[in-house]
Amino acid sequence: MILVFIEHKDCVLNKTSLEAIAAAQSIGKDLGLGVTAVLPCDKDCSLAQEIAGYAVEKVLIAKNEKLGTYTPDAYADAWEHVIKALAPKYVVMSHTYQVRDFAPKVAARLGREVVGDCIRYRAEGGKLVLTRRIFLGKLDADVTLGGDAPYFVTFQSGAFRGDAAEKGSGAVETMEVTIGDVRMTPEAPFQEAKASVDLTRSEIIVAVGRGIKSQENIAVAQQLADALGADLAASRPICDSEWLPIDRQIGSSGQTVAPKLYIALGISGAIQHIVGMKNAGTIVAVNKDAEAPIFDIADYGIVGDLFEAVPVLVDEIAKAKG
Amino acid sequence: MKIIVLMKQVANKDAVLRIAGDEKWINEADVAWQTNESDGYALEEALRTVEAKGEGEVVVCTLGPQGAKTVIKDALARGANRAIHVVVDDSKSLSSYQIAKTIADAIKEENADLVFTGLQSDDASFGQTGVILAELLGIPHATIVIEVDRASLGDTLRVKRELESGWYQWFTYKLPALLTIQSGISQIRYASLKGIMAAKSKEIREVTPAVEEFASASAIQKVYMPLKTKQTQILGNGDAKAGAVELVEKLRSEVRII
Repeated sequence: MILVFIEHKDCVLNKTSLEAIAAAQSIGKDLGLGVTAVLPCDKDCSLAQEIAGYAVEKVLIAKNEKLGTYTPDAYADAWEHVIKALAPKYVVMSHTYQVRDFAPKVAARLGREVVGDCIRYRAEGGKLVLTRRIFLGKLDADVTLGGDAPYFVTFQSGAFRGDAAEKGSGAVETMEVTIGDVRMTPEAPFQEAKASVDLTRSEIIVAVGRGIKSQENIAVAQQLADALGADLAASRPICDSEWLPIDRQIGSSGQTVAPKLYIALGISGAIQHIVGMKNAGTIVAVNKDAEAPIFDIADYGIVGDLFEAVPVLVDEIAKAKG
Repeated sequence: MKIIVLMKQVANKDAVLRIAGDEKWINEADVAWQTNESDGYALEEALRTVEAKGEGEVVVCTLGPQGAKTVIKDALARGANRAIHVVVDDSKSLSSYQIAKTIADAIKEENADLVFTGLQSDDASFGQTGVILAELLGIPHATIVIEVDRASLGDTLRVKRELESGWYQWFTYKLPALLTIQSGISQIRYASLKGIMAAKSKEIREVTPAVEEFASASAIQKVYMPLKTKQTQILGNGDAKAGAVELVEKLRSEVRII
């Protein structure tokens, strides 16, 4: 059996869970295992019927009054209960911030660890070989699982397509789970003041990374942005250093964009950045390091010093525009 | 108030990585090293928390070979009070669980009020050592902490977690607790000359553990360059200026955006 985690807030689905369903279904076919979806909730979750519309054997509501608002302690206890009751072979989840928070705890309690943030898998001799990005996206590693089941696997957002999750019909069941002491008290989640710059509407984006070297040099990128009529954006280290405000940040903790043209200046292309911009129509990368992962997804690349390239770009664009 | 900060030495972000002969890791022989980025922020937050409290100590804990001492010395120069070096020569062959278990054994008797780690390492990037460690120590944890309400520090502590897509949430924890710290939580201080001098007399306690076998450890079979998903046209052949001229021509004729 494969257990797949359905993440939700107040019975509203986190859509990356559909990717997890697609992953679990695919693994299930390759290994001849059925899929059961697990939905932790404090009530008879209204989401269960929606999930039962996918090709799963069962949707299991893991129910306890302490599962209303997420806490790692309550979720870990609920999962421990479900896993001990059902003895699954695999536990499959999307590598979301919430999963990162509780999955390793569950695994550790059962004497296991998580093979997390995988981008693909293949089945070999009835077992999975998982591929993960390491060294900030510079290398891939094929990883095998050790010891006995259950095996905990999480997949990166986008590794599977949510709309590829097969439809079907599963039975809905409820399991009352035991939850002990919860040692943390959550307040209500909130959004910080809306980003004042909405980069999701930008047609052209010029983005800077650590290669820009100093706050003063942001002006160099700004000139290129002005020449192209583009918006200026940045990778996380630039916003962490407060060289540009956080509402200019692209990536998993910032905005996700898909402009017609994305020019990455001095951005190496760590996976946290790439998930925020990989769907741009055309990607241009300027970087001194020919091995930078950004070149793997770029349509055009200039291997060299951005401080040499950008002034020439600005001049040539001015000429081309007449 | 005692805060233990876990700090790891990783390959420098700009290092050119070569795959080792057995294709199981990188060739570490000629790599430049640095402190894992988010661990630097974890140290900074620990220092600020103790400063705000007005008393206490910050203890750095690093697992790694002798070469990892540079991470410890840098942390002591920035203001950590003392250090525990868990000396493991072949630390790259340990799984997350083994690292967490070995560190748990080394720090258990310190009975720290708080343990801070970075949210993930920039090499293997599992992001789970801290969470496993909390479970093994029997203390609660919070991951991806982006703000610590230092004024709230008493028997409990209020921290802000980063959720996804611009959402945040405050949690209050009973101490002791473990926090994994997000990069950018504050501005990291530089080591002062005074700090560098003072670091020389600070205690570094070496622990040489027996690392336990772990049957459920995942194992790397092969490391390789990522498969390319796109055909990239490299312009200028290493000449950035020539590349820029070619690029504008491409943007005009192929992308048709100028």
